[in-house]
Order: sequence, then C-alpha cells, then structure tokens
Amino acid sequence: MNKIIITVVGKDTVGIIAKVCTYLAESQVNILDISQTIVQEFFNMMMIVDMEKSLKPFEQMSADLEKIGQDIGVRIKCQREEIFTKMHRI
Amino acid sequence: MLNMFEVIETNNMIEHEKLDVRTITMGISLLDCCDSDLAALNEKIYNKITATARDLVSTGEAIARDFGVPIVNKRISVTPIALAGGCACKTPEDFVTIAKTLDKAAKEAGVNFLGGYSALVSKGMTKADENLIRSIPEALAVTERVCSSVNVGSTKTGLNMDAVNLMGQMIKATAEATKDQDSLGCAKLVVFCNAPDDNPFMAGAFHGVTEADAIINVGVSGPGVVKVALEQARGENFEVLCETIKKTAFKITRVGQLVAQEASRRLGIPFGIIDLSLAPTPAVGDSVAEILEEIGLERVGAPGTTAALAMLNDQVKKGGIMASSYVGGLSGAFIPVSEDQGMIDAVSMGALTLEKLEAMTCVCSVGLDMIAIPGSTSPSTLAGIIADEAAIGMINQKTTAVRLIPVIGKDVGDTVEFGGLLGYAPVMPVNSYSCEKFVSRGGRIPAPIHSFKN
Repeated sequence: MNKIIITVVGKDTVGIIAKVCTYLAESQVNILDISQTIVQEFFNMMMIVDMEKSLKPFEQMSADLEKIGQDIGVRIKCQREEIFTKMHRI
Repeated sequence: MLNMFEVIETNNMIEHEKLDVRTITMGISLLDCCDSDLAALNEKIYNKITATARDLVSTGEAIARDFGVPIVNKRISVTPIALAGGCACKTPEDFVTIAKTLDKAAKEAGVNFLGGYSALVSKGMTKADENLIRSIPEALAVTERVCSSVNVGSTKTGLNMDAVNLMGQMIKATAEATKDQDSLGCAKLVVFCNAPDDNPFMAGAFHGVTEADAIINVGVSGPGVVKVALEQARGENFEVLCETIKKTAFKITRVGQLVAQEASRRLGIPFGIIDLSLAPTPAVGDSVAEILEEIGLERVGAPGTTAALAMLNDQVKKGGIMASSYVGGLSGAFIPVSEDQGMIDAVSMGALTLEKLEAMTCVCSVGLDMIAIPGSTSPSTLAGIIADEAAIGMINQKTTAVRLIPVIGKDVGDTVEFGGLLGYAPVMPVNSYSCEKFVSRGGRIPAPIHSFKN
C-alpha cells in the first residue's frame, strides 16, 4: 500500500468529487475512504487513496490535482499519509 | 484510520500557524581533509562538502513536497576549521582562504548557511585556534554564507578568560569590518559556553569531533502552533496549560522526526538528532514572546517572564522527548530579539531590557541572541557580557551563547534592519560602567564545584 491523503478545501460547487474521482479512476488510483463536510459554506473533503498501482508518479498526480482544483476554484493538496499518522498516533 | 479532524488540524498548523521544519542540517567531518599544503587542503574541503551534500537541497525539497510541510532551510555544518585547517594554516590570512572555500562550497551545494568556522578553546588556545579567531572579522566580511562560533568555556573546564577577552575584540572588529551592512558580520558569529557537537541551528552549528563522518540533524519549529493551542486554554490552571504545551510539542516534534528519518533514508546518511527548540521568525504569529504573552504576561519582560519561560521550555522538552528517538542540539526556546516580532515590540516599548534577557537565558536556550547594541560599546564591555553569559552556562551546566551586534554608527533609539530570517532590531542600551580591569586580568576562571549547590 502507498497511502496518500488528498484534501479539498473551497467554496462548495457541483461536481467537485466527480472531477477528482474521475481523475483518480483514470490514473488507476484506488479510493479507500472518503469523508466530507461543509463548514461555514466551505467544502472540506478528505480522501485516503492507495497509489500502489497508479499510472502516474506522486509529483505528477499532485500537480495535476492542484490544476484541477484551480479550474473549479478549490484547493487540492496531496500528502503522504505518514505526516498525519506520525502526528496523531503514538 | 485517520479522521478528517486530524487531517484538518495538521494542515491548519502548516497553513495558518506556521508549522515548519526549520532546518535540515548535514554535519560533515573534514578531519580526513587534513593536509599540510594549503591549496590541497582547500581543494579537499571543497570536494568533500560538495560531494557529500550534493543531493541535500533537492532531497529536502522532495520531502517537503511529499508531506506538504515546508522545510525552510537546508544547511551544512563542518568540523571546527581550527582543527581541520590547523595543519596548513600558519596565519589568520591562511584561514581566510578556507572561509572563502567554504563559502564557495555552500553556494555550490545550494545551502543558505554553512557553520563550523569555529574554534573550541574552553581551556586553552593552540596557535591555530588563535589564528582562526583572529581571522574571523575578515572571514565574515569577505564571505556571505559562512557562520563562525567559538566555545570559550564549559562546566568541566571553567572559562578561558583570554579567549573571552579576545572575542570581545573580535566582535568589535567584525562589526567594523562589516559596518557598510549595519555590522551584519556579527549576526554570523556566536560565542558559546558548553557548545553542543550536534546543533543544527545557525549561526552556532558545527560538526563536533565526537560525530560520525556525516550526519543529518533536524531543527523543528512551531511557536505559532503552541500559541494557537494555548488560546484554547485561556484562564485554565497550570496543569491544563502544561498538558497543552506538552501535547503540542509532541505533535510538532513528530513532524521533525518524520522528516529527519526520511532525509536520512533518502540521502543514505545516518540520522543524528532532533533539536526541540522553539525557533521564532520575524513573521507575526511565529513568536516565542507571543506565547509568553498568551500565558499571561502583558508584555515579555514583565515580572513573571522568567518563570513563564522556564515552564514553557520544560514542557516543550517533556513533550518533544517522547516524540523523537534522539534529541540533542540546543533543545530549548530561543529568545532572539531581532528574529521575534514580540521581542522587538517589547524592547521598543521599554518592557524588555538586556538584564532581563540575561535572566531569561538562565532557564532556556540559548543566550543573548541577535541583540543590537550601540556601536560605541567597547571590546572590554563585550567581553564582560560574554563572561557573564558564559558563567551562567558554566554554573548551571547548560549551553549559553552570545550573539551581539554592536552596530557601528548607531546608538540607542536607532533601528537596524538585517533582512530575511535575521529580522530587524532596535538598538538596546548597555550598562556604561567599565569592566576593563576584570576582563584583562588574563588566564582562566576555574571549573566550578559540583557539590554544595545553592
């Protein structure tokens, strides 16, 4: 497993999840978990994905998703899972 | 599995509370570069540094990208040059050629600072040590990225007052040599007591002789994160306050530990230590002074400041120790004046004095740091301030340091702009009574007794 956390933050609009999921499906990236919430009209989404069989390297996926985010007016960030597990799990 | 609140908390720390890894510092031993021929020595030093640190900056950038956490500085520390260069350097001018080589190597490696233009003279000075110390003013004037440090005392050996006196003169000479840049050279010069071998922070970093051939040390940061966490604990008692600081320090340090392990793995160089210091920057919200004010002081420098700082420093260590396998370096809250907006404000409004800063250094690392004083301050007064600070370190078995900038042509009421992470500082007044006869006695202050503690 090569787990990556994708976070999406921005103004809520139609099709945010669809766009991200389409990209991930095309790149053979498996989604393990999705959660989302709206805080003060701001859309917050977190995805845990597995890049084990990904067709694209991490740097490219990160840059592509950032670009997709810019097109629909949200911020998309990809980070390796360890930064969160190290900080929040003993 | 991770939940969304944990992910949001981490990213808020990075995006809004200025959580970052302050530095990945690669320590490189130059002991195997020794040569009696100066040109050959310079070539060996340049080759060793550039070869060992070739991938340091690119690896640091890749780690920052992968984890989404900024790594602000990539730096290098080397074996004290008085040791590595002593064989070939017979004059201060010879040592300056090595400083130039180090500067060139730092630029080639892409690091913003390289530390280790240093001498360890806590008990006595060899001819090479003295030549290196005498070369410091010119070396710092003709180079851009080289940092220098001199260890003038320790708890085990006492204080080398000849070296203290000499350093008073050298700080003044460095200020003169760089007066066109507001005496900036002094910002790259630290005088230590009990200097650690594995400090990743500049300007005092050097690669001690007890270290391996190459090593990765990491300095974390996060005053902003601690400050925001404490905002949630307003009005609570000390138990809650301390728990909050510990938990936050744990989280911050874990990020440093992760980055250090990754850097070590990717570069194929052993991991040394994490330095737990809370390191501020001039940016608003990245200040140790603001933490102390959040704890309950109207301004840093008010009565209670020393106690608040002692508690903060201790809790940061308690939280950080559990988060990392190896802790070292300076590991304490930094209280530089020019690099901390809250400190600058407190000095500007008269709340914080040099004497109070000295008291604060008794309970935290690292010492009188980045303090601008009048350019007319005499070398003997500088030596007296160094002696006071070193005595605190010697008696209390801790690291202390002095990084003072006597700004030539400026006086109390003026402000000095150093730029970037070095920030700006109001010129602070210094006690004008003389200690000339004291510091010029010559010889050593003996090591202190280790019993009858009072």
